[in-house]
Amino acid sequence: MNSPGKSRFMIDLAISSLLRRWKKNLGLLGVYTIIVFFLASVMFFTQAMKNEARTALEESPDVVVQKLTAGRHDHIPEAYIEQLRGLRGASHVRGRLWGYYYDPSVGANYTIAAAGNGGLTKGSARIGTGVARALRAGPGDLVPLQAHDGAYSSFEVAEVFSSSSSLVSADLIEITEEDFRELFKIPQGTYTDIILNVRNPREGAVISDKIRRLLPDSRPVLKSELLRTYEAAFDWRGGILLVIFAGAVLAFIIFAWDKATGLSMEERKEIGILKAVGWDTAEVIALKSWEGIVISLSAFLTGTIMAYVHVFMASSALLAPVLKGWAVIYPEFRMAPTIDFHQLAALLFLTVVPYLTAMIVPVWLASSSDPDSVMRL
Amino acid sequence: MRKRYSDYFLAFILLNAMLVGALMMHARVAADRPGAVAERQEIVRKFGLTDLCLFTEARYTRNPAVSDISTPFQDGPASLDYFPSGSLFRPPPHLVKP
Repeated sequence: MNSPGKSRFMIDLAISSLLRRWKKNLGLLGVYTIIVFFLASVMFFTQAMKNEARTALEESPDVVVQKLTAGRHDHIPEAYIEQLRGLRGASHVRGRLWGYYYDPSVGANYTIAAAGNGGLTKGSARIGTGVARALRAGPGDLVPLQAHDGAYSSFEVAEVFSSSSSLVSADLIEITEEDFRELFKIPQGTYTDIILNVRNPREGAVISDKIRRLLPDSRPVLKSELLRTYEAAFDWRGGILLVIFAGAVLAFIIFAWDKATGLSMEERKEIGILKAVGWDTAEVIALKSWEGIVISLSAFLTGTIMAYVHVFMASSALLAPVLKGWAVIYPEFRMAPTIDFHQLAALLFLTVVPYLTAMIVPVWLASSSDPDSVMRL
Repeated sequence: MRKRYSDYFLAFILLNAMLVGALMMHARVAADRPGAVAERQEIVRKFGLTDLCLFTEARYTRNPAVSDISTPFQDGPASLDYFPSGSLFRPPPHLVKP
């Protein structure tokens, strides 16, 4: 008999054997699929988040300069901007005005920022979708903010930032520079921090050193460091994602270990009968391997498809609560899907290979024994 | 002719493999969204943003990239980090490098 024909008979026999214990095997398939689903979800999610961070922060400033006073972040004087402009290699040096605002009425933290007038008139604001949702506000509505002296100022919503930009703007309230200074009593000539670009991107570290020498009470943060922060945050080797990932891997190990440590009496008997009717060890192992392949390949493909739908079409409904934590404002966005052969190969290696290895060993041990003794057990 | 189990299994695997292939194509098409990327980048450029708006629970979780290593503990001598995102986010690598 040719090899493909023999393999098809093996698959027929393997599926018949699985169907004889269909309840147990259906449970096995369900658990296996769920584990693959969780592992694949974490893998797709972290990869997609890293890509989102990389593309969104591509336009971030090359260097952020903060002033430290007594170990804490302090406002930075305008004179520092002039000093930084004198650095060779530095360009587009400007001060930023931004701060946090806690709104006790909804229990949310906003980021309030000003970028010149930004096309706004005094008393008007542009808000992010998260703020709009929390305050149930839209264009034309008034947003009250408490100023430094306790008095409330109302800002008319001129525009809501688009929902597609919510990953960077959900909690943002943009007001004019004049309103910002009045609201927080920030004197003219001071800024929250300073940002600048570096003409030659490879000179970032050199510029950072120069800034430290020029302004010893400052702390420069490089763009490469910003990007690495998100690479590390969504690395599956760290944080809570590791906990989810490790949980799924541990469940899988227990599951594979259970399979590896013992064949049921029925399975042993089946192997004994096959040996007694003339099957050799290689054929028994091939049959049992097909059983493993049927289960693991089905679980792998189904779990992967479910994970893709979960992460990229259902907005990671099961992972999102972990990210939201206690926050009132969170971005609602759909991540750009990422799936490639490298991810699939890693997932296959992590889920299918250990399972097959774990199940072959006891089969090999049982099929190498004398059929009579195996059946008598 | 009577259908065999292997026929059903191979058809199932083939269907799923085709679905995975279709999802890979979907990923390529759906990932191409220059409008949304340009909008985000415009806002990042305008405000010189350094972080994604992911964790708005506390001041120190909103901009982790420009925070310092002891930020969660600076609000008071016995102020422990109790926000869930504090356990999600590792300190930025540039703060913990030796």
